[in-house]
Amino acid sequence: MIELLFGKLTLDAFVHGPVETGAQLLVIVSALTVIGLLTYFKKWKWLYREWLTSLDHKKIGIMYLILSGVMLLRGAMDAFMMRAQQAVAVGGNPGYLDPAHYSQIFSAHGVIMIFFVAMPFMFGLINYMVPLQLGARDVAYPFLNSMSFWFTVVGAMLINASLVVGEFAGTGWLAYPPLSELQYSPGVGVDYYIWALQIAGVGTLISGINFLVTILKMRAPGMKLMYMPIFSWTTLVSMVLVIFAFPILTVTLALLGLDRTLGMHFFTTDLGGNAMMYINLIWAWGHPEVYILILPAFGIFSELVPVFAQKRLFGYVSMVVATVLIGILSFMVWGHHFFTMGAGANVNAFFGIMTMVIAIPTGVKVFNWLFTMFRGRIIFKTPMLWFMGFVTTFILGGMTGVLLSVPGINFELHNSLFLVAHFHNMIIGGVLFGYFAGLAYWFPKMFGYKLNERLGKYAFWSWILGFLLAFIPLYILGFMGATRRLSVIEPAWQPLFIVAAVGACIIALALFLQLLQLVVSYKDRKKNLDVTGDPWNGRTLEWATSSPPPIYNFARIPQVIGRDAFWLMKKEGEQIKKEFEDIHLPNNTPIGLAIAVCAGLFGFGMVWHMWLLAVLGLIAIVALVIIRSFEHETEYEIKV
Amino acid sequence: MINPHTKDKNTFGFWVYIMSDCVLFAGLFATYFVLQGATFGASTIDEIVDLPFVLVETILLLTSSFTIGLALLAARSGKKNLTLSFLLLTFLLGLGFLGMEVFEFMKLVGEGSGPGRSAFLSAFFTLLGTHGLHVFLGLIWMLAVMAHVMLRGVGEKTLSKIMCLSLFWHFLDIIWIFIFTLVYLMGALAF
Repeated sequence: MIELLFGKLTLDAFVHGPVETGAQLLVIVSALTVIGLLTYFKKWKWLYREWLTSLDHKKIGIMYLILSGVMLLRGAMDAFMMRAQQAVAVGGNPGYLDPAHYSQIFSAHGVIMIFFVAMPFMFGLINYMVPLQLGARDVAYPFLNSMSFWFTVVGAMLINASLVVGEFAGTGWLAYPPLSELQYSPGVGVDYYIWALQIAGVGTLISGINFLVTILKMRAPGMKLMYMPIFSWTTLVSMVLVIFAFPILTVTLALLGLDRTLGMHFFTTDLGGNAMMYINLIWAWGHPEVYILILPAFGIFSELVPVFAQKRLFGYVSMVVATVLIGILSFMVWGHHFFTMGAGANVNAFFGIMTMVIAIPTGVKVFNWLFTMFRGRIIFKTPMLWFMGFVTTFILGGMTGVLLSVPGINFELHNSLFLVAHFHNMIIGGVLFGYFAGLAYWFPKMFGYKLNERLGKYAFWSWILGFLLAFIPLYILGFMGATRRLSVIEPAWQPLFIVAAVGACIIALALFLQLLQLVVSYKDRKKNLDVTGDPWNGRTLEWATSSPPPIYNFARIPQVIGRDAFWLMKKEGEQIKKEFEDIHLPNNTPIGLAIAVCAGLFGFGMVWHMWLLAVLGLIAIVALVIIRSFEHETEYEIKV
Repeated sequence: MINPHTKDKNTFGFWVYIMSDCVLFAGLFATYFVLQGATFGASTIDEIVDLPFVLVETILLLTSSFTIGLALLAARSGKKNLTLSFLLLTFLLGLGFLGMEVFEFMKLVGEGSGPGRSAFLSAFFTLLGTHGLHVFLGLIWMLAVMAHVMLRGVGEKTLSKIMCLSLFWHFLDIIWIFIFTLVYLMGALAF
């Protein structure tokens, strides 16, 4: 009976070493603080009514951004711990982290940064902005949108729970077998990994479908596909990638889970299992995944460069074509992640060449942005600075990427810190800078006041400097033979590791400045109010409504007559004034939240083999879905 | 009160979901073919194929696809009881299929050819099991839709539900045809 209830969970799971206990206490104290503050200020009802049960795409977008911000702090903490460890663990000194704990930290760092920082950041911006850019009142399926969001939260919470109860995977962010098999990772870490990603992944897939349908079916009248803002275009392609790639992740993790839970043999070392198949499958998802992240960032730059250069975008059509091409090519390059696997020269040549080909459409985009700036009257606000920082660092990262795509060179650099420097170069310099630019650009739309420029610029320069100091040494270390995921290092590498640690400190400063920027901007909001709804002299429809927009976004659905729809309205006046019509909006509901919580209980049950909990969680999910299908009044009406 | 914007969105979105489910099965099929030869001394595919048995399963499932089509037609012409009877018939046929599949699985496990015995058997059980799981969920969904029809008749909203359910059911049929051809028929021929 006890086993049915608690499975493998015993009190021992709560007992950790000293450093881990610190993290454990931090999680518990933060959770208690949040609960305490909410209770003290009597905000529970407000939170529940206004936020947790809301189906408004704007509120869900903001909640995504908050989740991303919180997880960014945790992921960054992991990064700082690694930098500190590698700066000191040399010459017989084991450092302050034991190897097992160190492995969990770099695994958690990767998983958190990709799945629970970059993805929610992206979905936050998409959620808020895409319906506005399309001139729509909400997404296609507001209820599924809420459910997707809560699935992501539950995935993140499972990862945080692993700090308190049990352990996290020590296998790296993709959990390659055979290391991730039961035989070599007997603890619950990999199971936390599997179920956190499985639940968040289902949420992402549903979001992908949701936004695809939103973009294809909910555009304002007159907005042809080729009139759409580029951010909506890149979102469209990114969502197509989600729909094609995430089911592969679901399958892959499910198979690994079956190996671990039911004793099957997909990727084991015995009875015919094939670990290489896992690596093929996971990268067939994993490579498109990084393009899922970067394409919306490209879209953000394509929005703000014309606005701050005060010119229309150069080469709209080529931008769209390049986006679609990158989307297609992203499914043809997965093999470049394991040139050393032994697939043979021809296979490697194919993947190497396909990888190099991707540089062409990407180059088209970079030149389009530069030509947009050419002879423009550029306003150097923070979003534009992020763009300039992006172009510089991203080109560096792109070139090291092309270098890595040569199989012969890759044999030398595979699994080295050169690779680590390369992908951080793409993800920080590309994705993160892009989203920061988007946040600075759209912040006034979301909250009604601009961010503090001065602190924003300080934060930007700290980021650039910190980034270069933290990652350029890793390129050099890679050439010197340093491999990734080492908890102790060679003496010859130490000076460069110390430089990298200094870089990490500057990044910490940058993060602090960004938090300060939020606080100061909020305090001074009266000075920076955006009363026009159009603080940057924007070109697209999100600026055609007030800041922040009313719950129904647009009192009248705009009529679109060309690209840069809002610009045309401003220049030529609204050609067609339409009558006011009744507005339909979704009612709030807690069921999305409830389904996700049950999914979380199911996941926790599966991790700890608490079968009763898992089964009850599943039954509750099915029951809630059926209850939802019987709800009558899912929408309300605002009469003219 | 139906939002004019939502009318054709649901079916389209459901199509998109089916596409993503296709990718999921594509992953499982690929896995199956990679591991088909990795029998490691345990039973091979031609040893576990029982073609007449599978033929009956196939007939059950294909017939159920026909009857759900009839249910949709009945719903379109507003005949509540006829819709319900065809849905019930579909449900029973689906249940029969699922029962046979469970029986086949139990038999294999009983003979010592369980999913933990070899990589091939893992892939075999997982591919078929995932299809079976979809059928199981489809059956639960069918019960819910029948409840809707019973309580609310066959209005616009229930019609859209039956439409999606039938899409899903046909999709499962197509997947089964792939399984029948690629796993069973080719398996019986291959060795």
